[in-house]
Amino acid sequence: MLTKNLARNLANTFAVTAMLATASMAGIGIAQAQEAKAVVMKNFDFSPMSITIKAGTSVTWKNLDGEPHTVTSVDGLFRSGALDQNDSFTFKFDKPGTYKYLCSIHPRMMASVVVQ
Amino acid sequence: MSSDSEVNQSRRGALKCLAFGGAGTLFVLSGGVLAPIDLALAASKKSAHAMAGMPLFLQISDTHIGFNKEANPDVAGTLKETIDFVNAMPTKPALTIHTGDITHLSKAEEFDTASQLLSGLNITELHTVPGEHDITDGIGTEYFSRFGQASANRGYYSFDHNGVHFVALVNVMNFKPNGLGAFGDDQLAWLEQDLKGHSSSTPIVVFAHMPMWTIYEPWGWGTGDADQATSYLRRFGSVTVLNGHIHQIVQKVEGNITFHTARSTAYPQPTAGDGPGPGPLKVPSDQLPRMLGITSIRILAHPSSAQLTDTTLG
Repeated sequence: MLTKNLARNLANTFAVTAMLATASMAGIGIAQAQEAKAVVMKNFDFSPMSITIKAGTSVTWKNLDGEPHTVTSVDGLFRSGALDQNDSFTFKFDKPGTYKYLCSIHPRMMASVVVQ
Repeated sequence: MSSDSEVNQSRRGALKCLAFGGAGTLFVLSGGVLAPIDLALAASKKSAHAMAGMPLFLQISDTHIGFNKEANPDVAGTLKETIDFVNAMPTKPALTIHTGDITHLSKAEEFDTASQLLSGLNITELHTVPGEHDITDGIGTEYFSRFGQASANRGYYSFDHNGVHFVALVNVMNFKPNGLGAFGDDQLAWLEQDLKGHSSSTPIVVFAHMPMWTIYEPWGWGTGDADQATSYLRRFGSVTVLNGHIHQIVQKVEGNITFHTARSTAYPQPTAGDGPGPGPLKVPSDQLPRMLGITSIRILAHPSSAQLTDTTLG
């Protein structure tokens, strides 16, 4: 199982590398190939509550509620400060892992980013 | 003051848990009877004899400077109105406490506006605790640079005034996974130590932003480790716990401890569980002043008890 996963991860890494290489060669910016994933805060929830991305990808959070929210990582890695309605915050995840975060104003709002 | 102790003992356990909401209510806790008396602003002169003397202090809460949505596009205006009202009170309170959410987004300019407005109060002594809206900039840099001195930047502190022991606590910096507020072990140890030196007949006033009892857990309206704090307070004959956060009045009495949340001066919030979450509640503009207000608190010495008066702007 471990070997299989490893093989798959390696394959994914190669695939991404190949894709980026192609993109670069084709003159398309790398940023476009790594388009930010979107999470919204709406009705006092993060949506989606869990998002899976590849290392090096950015996530952008946007608050749609009339009440401010924050994106505050549990281990202190990232912190948006207060986001008022329609404010956004972007963070780039470089290392694989599971990153839990919450809204420090409404701490029942918990969610996570899984970086592969 | 020590003679109060016996009186208090006889009152112990006489009060039941009660909760009240609504505008313009005067709560009189005395002789074991909790009596709500209607107190329309217009009738305040009439009922003055019932509250003869000077209110000891004033509670302002949840001013949310920086908020500009439709629930109240002019929170600076309603705070100004509140301050004008206080300044016009026939008797001048000795001090003001602000139970947090001074600002909406913890921005420097919001704190500046709030400080400028609050300096218009003709009561010079102001004591604060942070709300969660005041510290979204990390460890509360903006809040502590302005108000940290009273507590050596811990946020919690105590002081004495007119024989009353005031304790300011912070329950918005140490959230639990269940979303409730928390004091944390360091603060609880400090509280136990702080109260130790005081006799049971000392009237105690505790203030913190989030309610110190669980009003509604799904919205995080409570403090996870408040029971520990309450256990240190039980031996005192008169304890008044003042909170904000929920922008409406909810009260509970447990033994000699009265828990009370204040209105906001900015905007109301829905009652527990009504809607998706505890956001601003939009009401018709003519109703808004009736949902904003302040609390004045008078500590009576003989017998030791507290009178809480909630007054609205309209």
